[in-house]
Amino acid sequence: MISRECGVYQTTYEGDMALYPLPLARYASVAAVVVLALLPLVLDSHQMSLVNLMTLAAIGAIGLNILVGYTGQVSLGHGAFMMVGSYTAALVTLRLGLPFWVGLPAGGIVAALVGTFFGIPSLRIKGLYLAIATLAGQFIIEWTINHSTWISGGVQSTVYVPTPDFFGWPINSEYRRYYMVLPVAIIAYVAAMNLVRSRVGRAFIAVRDRDVAAEIIGVDIFRYKLLAFALSSFYAGVAGALWTYYLKIANYEHFTLATSVSYLAMIIIGGLGSVLGSVFGAVFITMLPIALVYVVEGGAALFGFEYASIANILANLRLIIFGGLIILFLAIEPEGLYRMWGNVRRYFRLWPFSY
Amino acid sequence: MAFFFDLFVNGLMTGMMYALVALGFVLIYKATSVVNFAQGELVMFGGYVAAALLSLYHLPLPVALPVLMGTMVLLGFLLERGVLRPLVGQQVISVVMVTIGLAQVLQGSAAMVWGAQTKNIALPIPLEPYVIWEIFISPINIVAAAVSGAFLVAFAWFFRKSRMGIAMRAVANDQQASMAVGINVRMVFAISWAIAGLAAAIGGVVWGSIVGVDTQLALVGLKVFPAVILGGLDSVPGAIVGGLIIGAVESVAAGYVDPYVGGGTKDFLPYVLMILALMIRPYGFFGREIIERV
Repeated sequence: MISRECGVYQTTYEGDMALYPLPLARYASVAAVVVLALLPLVLDSHQMSLVNLMTLAAIGAIGLNILVGYTGQVSLGHGAFMMVGSYTAALVTLRLGLPFWVGLPAGGIVAALVGTFFGIPSLRIKGLYLAIATLAGQFIIEWTINHSTWISGGVQSTVYVPTPDFFGWPINSEYRRYYMVLPVAIIAYVAAMNLVRSRVGRAFIAVRDRDVAAEIIGVDIFRYKLLAFALSSFYAGVAGALWTYYLKIANYEHFTLATSVSYLAMIIIGGLGSVLGSVFGAVFITMLPIALVYVVEGGAALFGFEYASIANILANLRLIIFGGLIILFLAIEPEGLYRMWGNVRRYFRLWPFSY
Repeated sequence: MAFFFDLFVNGLMTGMMYALVALGFVLIYKATSVVNFAQGELVMFGGYVAAALLSLYHLPLPVALPVLMGTMVLLGFLLERGVLRPLVGQQVISVVMVTIGLAQVLQGSAAMVWGAQTKNIALPIPLEPYVIWEIFISPINIVAAAVSGAFLVAFAWFFRKSRMGIAMRAVANDQQASMAVGINVRMVFAISWAIAGLAAAIGGVVWGSIVGVDTQLALVGLKVFPAVILGGLDSVPGAIVGGLIIGAVESVAAGYVDPYVGGGTKDFLPYVLMILALMIRPYGFFGREIIERV
């Protein structure tokens, strides 16, 4: 069960594409799901809220990685697509009185439509021009939602959503919210894993690696680029809708350009073109400011500074470390945490008899 | 009609200032094919340094300006050497993200060193606006537009006549060919970042004296994208024309449309223009037509 060959000895395509390359992987996946499902037994409410934030971020990051990491289309508008999903969910619940499990796919679908629309420029332009076009998309969506009284209640206002419930079971604590967020995240993860090893996923990778060659071997580039935008925005929309039900408000401030940038940072630090890497990145970027507070507070206590005197430093230090990490990862380990995880695993695979 | 001309003229003056920031941006793109998302932060950094030199250390303006320019040139130089050089030839997402990371670092460190509250750059310029044919023009805007104009002319001369400028144009055109004729391409890369730093220093003083210096100043960098896309990413005259168009359009539109939609047209319309430009004519008015369509 735990034995493993020391190389790649696949003789069939099925073997190469398998979701579980080894029986061990299957048991490990089941174990991971069980551990995740039982986390609330050991964590307190505050820790649980952190886990919830990570899980939410992971859904969005997986979506962005499908577009950027697998299809190679740079997008600076992910935050805006999440905003579309968030407001759609809020309106579906407020205006139509539908429960959250209708609001989630609704948010995803509307975001997918908007995302596909803003993906249309990708048919004519690519690379950094596309990055700039999606930047425009971010601003245009943000402005439109913010200025439509029908959607957001006017400039600078917040839409309040009632506590969601699941067939009369109110989702009103961090623990219960975890059981709202976790299943969605697991579905998102498994769907993405299956997507990238399927025909569609291979087409995405072909478009990323060499678009001309992909076209020649029969990949319809227009279709797959738009499909990548649609899928990625669907993930973003679901993540945004979950934010709405999680926080019980929809507010554009959660989905600005800074959000788009931090999701890009997640997938770069986690690993471009890796579903598990997106999760690593989401955990890392979510924990970064929290860990920083602990470290700086600890340091301040150690050297006897007043906390108030360092509060200003903290916010800026967060920016510096955030930016610095992006630069460092790009320069030193462009394949991100996923690669580091792989290195560790490879080391221990044959340990202690490595050659 | 006076209202329209008031908006239009003031918009053109703002446009000159956009053009100044856009220039640094175009310069870097032209020579090194890097889209610099941190240009706004460079301007902000220049503004912070200027504010610190003038108000904190009370240096007289003729001393402060050369010190500021020297600092920013050095900063540009260091950034190219330390941050951008390891990523030469990497994929687009890496280069875009590294400048975004750089933007965050610049923003955080400026606010950490000098504080987040808004600072003023006090220039010896009178405050009362001139009134010419019912158009209100404040002197500081005239000075800013004049400085931007002078700087743009100086650059035009530099690119056409000076040895270094011609070398930079050669590198922009074809890196390998310019290496073959003995141009030091790495030097050109470094110099173009240094000059972008210089443009950011001037931009920082000009913008900082009008809107005040804080981290919000960096947002001007995002406004520059529509200008450079309209004008063409790799064209200096394009940066000027694009800046003027964006300045005029947003000013006029804000004057007429803002009362009906509750403000913010300035943050919206330039990007709509940009999306249209990208769909119809992605290389802009003056850019080289080298867009691949796949």
